[in-house]
Amino acid sequence: MRVGVLALQGDFLEHAEILRELGVEAVYVKKPGDLAGIDALIIPGGESTTIGNLISARNLGEPIAELARSGVPIMGTCAGAILLARKIVDRVVGETKQYRLGLMDIGVVRNAFGRQRNSFTARISLEGVGEVSAAFIRAPAIVEAWGGARILGYIDHPVAGRVGVAAQQGSMLALSFHPEIAGDRRIYSYFLDLARR
Amino acid sequence: MVDAYIFLERLRDLLYSLLEQRDRARESGLEVIPLREAVPLVKYGFISMFKGGVIMDVTSDKQAEIAEDAGAVGVMVLDKLPYDVRMAGGVARTADLRVIESVMNTITIPVSAKCRIGHSEEARLLEEIGVDLIDESEVLTPVDEKAHIDKWAFKTPFVNGARNLPEALRRIYEGASMIRTKGEPGTGNVAEAVKHMKLVNRDIAMLRGHYLRGDYEAIWVYSKENSVPYELTLLTARLGRLPVVNFAAGGIATPADAALMMWLGADGVFVGSGIFKSSDPEARARAIVLATSFYDDPEAVVEAQKMVSEKQAMMGIDIRSLKPEQLMQVRGV
Repeated sequence: MRVGVLALQGDFLEHAEILRELGVEAVYVKKPGDLAGIDALIIPGGESTTIGNLISARNLGEPIAELARSGVPIMGTCAGAILLARKIVDRVVGETKQYRLGLMDIGVVRNAFGRQRNSFTARISLEGVGEVSAAFIRAPAIVEAWGGARILGYIDHPVAGRVGVAAQQGSMLALSFHPEIAGDRRIYSYFLDLARR
Repeated sequence: MVDAYIFLERLRDLLYSLLEQRDRARESGLEVIPLREAVPLVKYGFISMFKGGVIMDVTSDKQAEIAEDAGAVGVMVLDKLPYDVRMAGGVARTADLRVIESVMNTITIPVSAKCRIGHSEEARLLEEIGVDLIDESEVLTPVDEKAHIDKWAFKTPFVNGARNLPEALRRIYEGASMIRTKGEPGTGNVAEAVKHMKLVNRDIAMLRGHYLRGDYEAIWVYSKENSVPYELTLLTARLGRLPVVNFAAGGIATPADAALMMWLGADGVFVGSGIFKSSDPEARARAIVLATSFYDDPEAVVEAQKMVSEKQAMMGIDIRSLKPEQLMQVRGV
């Protein structure tokens, strides 16, 4: 199995390291041609505005959307989840005009738990996956899901309240946290199972 | 001595029984693990999100918006750009807190700010208003000639400058979550940045060689001679790279400069005066972002370099024309 990791900016290295540990071939995706022959795609954490700008500048948006339409599983972590969302709001500045792939019927709030000093780790429980350790870093919250999307897990946060942290739509996954930083393999197994189906 | 051995053995037994109890509690679902804020994992994790990106120096909301629109992964708010610090002289201090707050309320990408070397109170103020990253920077006037800030005491991650590997490891030992090779800021001349990156690379390659040969004594001698902890030196030798994210800084002014630093092993770049002391800041910011991400794709770097004109680049300063007391890189070693 070959899994592509979008390597424009962010922590693509960490995702690739975990994939390789799990015995899966990881390939970096930087241009449309790199998408050929992959069985799944991961959009990593990083800055969603930066990654979005580069996706748009290098014409990667349509090929990725085409991949999604053909049923190839896509997982977005943190910034990746923001890029997958149809609706994006920032906790401080409100509606953002930033570039998005908009492939999932979810709405996210950027920086929902506060600034960097409020970043945290926690254990959370996800439907179909179980309990996983998660690192929330300037993380978004998934506040709504409609159409084909469904929220898989929640966190009870002292400030943000009860908000969604993972959502699934068909074979697409959006996670507001970083399994690649907390080193949790279970979420990868779940994702790779979608690709094996 | 035997008493001590028996004591240590009991201590070990106690530790293991505690671990067993914790595991039992976890399995039975009794254990409640609260959110753990600002632990080292999220400090280092936050910085790893910067990789392959550009952090841009800004002095106003307007410049911060240009940086965000161009695809910067973060901004660094200063009172004056390094070039202007040089021209103005006097004591350079942390930026106006109201300006920093205003930038935080204007853009959505992480906001960093600089404090003076050793000035833990300036750092505390920056943490209190909520900046995402603190740069203990030689661009400002140092207040402590002997010691840097104890960065472990902060929830906010720190980035520190270094000219070589021992400086970098000393800063990491003090709690820095990120390193930036210093270069000579405000000059528009990337020569010193290249020199510092190569010095770091040279020592890492040497340590890696010792490690692969199993020559731990040589690693120990290196750490002793350079006043750095052995464990950290050994970790670096094992990894074959700096244990934290390292951005290049000091004099980067063109897309090609940024790509060069990436080739030399930087995880990303800081651009200071290079963007807003040029006469084409919007295009230049966008071009440097593209060249940093696609440094290994010559076609994209050519495209980036064509987005800017050398006629509009900042006027550079030859380092050899600076007097020794004008050098910023020698501050805080």
